[in-house]
Amino acid sequence: MIKRIFRQAVDAFEERTGLIKFFGDVMKHPVPPNTGWWYVFGSAVLVAFMMQVVTGIALATRYVASSGSAYQVLEFITYKAVLGNFLRGMHFFGASAMILLVGIHMIQVFLMGCYKYPREFNWVSGVMLLFITIAMGFSGQLLRWDQTAVWATVLAAEMLGRTPFIGKFLARFLLGGKTLGGATLSRFFAFHVFFLPAMIFALVALHLYLVIHDGISAPPVPGEKVNPKTYRAEYEKLLEERGVPFWPDAAWRDVVVAVGVVITIAALAFFVGPPELGKPPNPSLLANDPSPDWYMLWYYAVLALLPRGMESVFMIAAPMAAIVFLLLVPVLWNKGERHPARRPWAVAAVLMIVLSIIGFWIEGSIAPWSPKFDAQPLTAALVGTTSPPIVTGAQLFHDKGCEFCHTIDGQGGMRGPDLTLVAHRLSVNDIRIKIANGGGNMPSFAGILSHDELDNLVAFLESRVTLPPAQTSSAAGYSNQQ
Amino acid sequence: MATETREPCCEALSPERRRFMGRLCIALSAVAAAIVGIPVVGFILGPLIAPEKDIWRAVGAADSFKPGQTVNVKFVDPSPMAWAGVSAMTAAWLRRLDSGGFVAFAVNCAHLGCPVRWLAKANLFMCPCHGGVYYADGSVAAGPPPRGLFKYPVRVRDGQVEILASAVPIE
Repeated sequence: MIKRIFRQAVDAFEERTGLIKFFGDVMKHPVPPNTGWWYVFGSAVLVAFMMQVVTGIALATRYVASSGSAYQVLEFITYKAVLGNFLRGMHFFGASAMILLVGIHMIQVFLMGCYKYPREFNWVSGVMLLFITIAMGFSGQLLRWDQTAVWATVLAAEMLGRTPFIGKFLARFLLGGKTLGGATLSRFFAFHVFFLPAMIFALVALHLYLVIHDGISAPPVPGEKVNPKTYRAEYEKLLEERGVPFWPDAAWRDVVVAVGVVITIAALAFFVGPPELGKPPNPSLLANDPSPDWYMLWYYAVLALLPRGMESVFMIAAPMAAIVFLLLVPVLWNKGERHPARRPWAVAAVLMIVLSIIGFWIEGSIAPWSPKFDAQPLTAALVGTTSPPIVTGAQLFHDKGCEFCHTIDGQGGMRGPDLTLVAHRLSVNDIRIKIANGGGNMPSFAGILSHDELDNLVAFLESRVTLPPAQTSSAAGYSNQQ
Repeated sequence: MATETREPCCEALSPERRRFMGRLCIALSAVAAAIVGIPVVGFILGPLIAPEKDIWRAVGAADSFKPGQTVNVKFVDPSPMAWAGVSAMTAAWLRRLDSGGFVAFAVNCAHLGCPVRWLAKANLFMCPCHGGVYYADGSVAAGPPPRGLFKYPVRVRDGQVEILASAVPIE
């Protein structure tokens, strides 16, 4: 009886909407055989995005987008709200997963030539989704309204300010005025929660529609070239002869990976937790070393390593060039070979970009260019003598900021060269000249050090090689003395 | 039994009229979009359109600053909002010159805006982000900054040092 009523209700619904047939057709539409595990990343990104929507809505039920209150609310969510810390972690690692998976999906699509005819517009919508995803990540970092978020906002405004003609306008648009303050956070909130997600929804809908319209590309075969004149007929023939239904023949792999993504994100949120809240968002607190979340760290490193004077060009022109180039990829190469074995330049380009990003990322996580402000004065054991000029020189090495940029026996910053054995490389006179004149990344100390101070500092540096070997110890030796 | 037949209520639109009606619909929609869109865009761009005046902020008695010293002074930014909380605060590095005058440097590195620190014993400003270094007079000593530290106008009124609180320095 109940079963019959339920069936009648379903039939009535279907007769009026046709949705069951529509989604049934979509799920069972034929796809090429043997798509394999390389084809799972698109759906994995979608699942990560859905997680972001769900966890984001939950967080938004508590979040207050007010510059004056958001920090206290974040403290409440993190330390007091039931499951608040876990949910923040899910949202953070969900964002990280989304960016990582978008990157992998894009590389897979590029290397397998899936962007070629007739899927050019799907590539274009994917490129747009990539940059909106990055914008979502950045605006999300700023909603973590602590001191790092404040300075990251200033940094972004400064970068936008380098845009020719409209730089100041863009910077003020970002800040919501001429200073950071009340209007800034609510602006980011509106973008992060309404505007950018709406764009993602629209573009994902377009992306999926095009997947259905043009079909999933068959795995590439060496020698099988894309010819726009014959492609559709060949594809239809392939589906007719060897096509398999998407559900469940191909979709089971997507489900396995999607569940893996959810479990991984939840595990990271549980065991690692969300990023620590920094100090309150007070722009007058200056003891801060702002750095972006991990996915933008490589770009932060690029900005540090660029030759002087190139930043303005690079900050604006390079991202623009990257966007234009990515949008042009399917225009320039929309036919021909798809298999990566027959496209060595495509493989080389991907390798070069990925290795560069990894290299810059490692460099950015070390940040050798940042002065080490927390370097402690050299210990008596490390100085290794009680000779007054040398001891005074060691103290000057710390007080004058040399130690923030230079290392002695493993202690100090990495901005400049290691000076443990500088007297091996330079004569006393050369050391004196270098300190006085500076150059490159080193300031001139001629107007900062007195004659006696310079003598003492040079005496200290020279003593590193004249002291007994045991006292010019290695970094490990220094660690043992701590 | 007579069967009723439905008569067409009206003639189909002529091609010209159909084209006209299509264009009319687009035009009317554009008008509706403008009615909604213009105030929305104006509201969002409001902070850029409405002029915000710079404001003199007192940061301390002139006598409390020693000649040759550079100190961090905190003050409220020029356009604080009631709900801005601590984010309305800002700061400057105030230096009293040996001649008695004052110079106020923005705390923002001229490279990318990070907060520079004053190393009193070294007489240098250093930036934590990318290692920019400035001399005590704000000129570039080393690193990537393309120019020296930005300066705010300073004056002494009724024995109080006042800094002209203004926009985040962006060039």
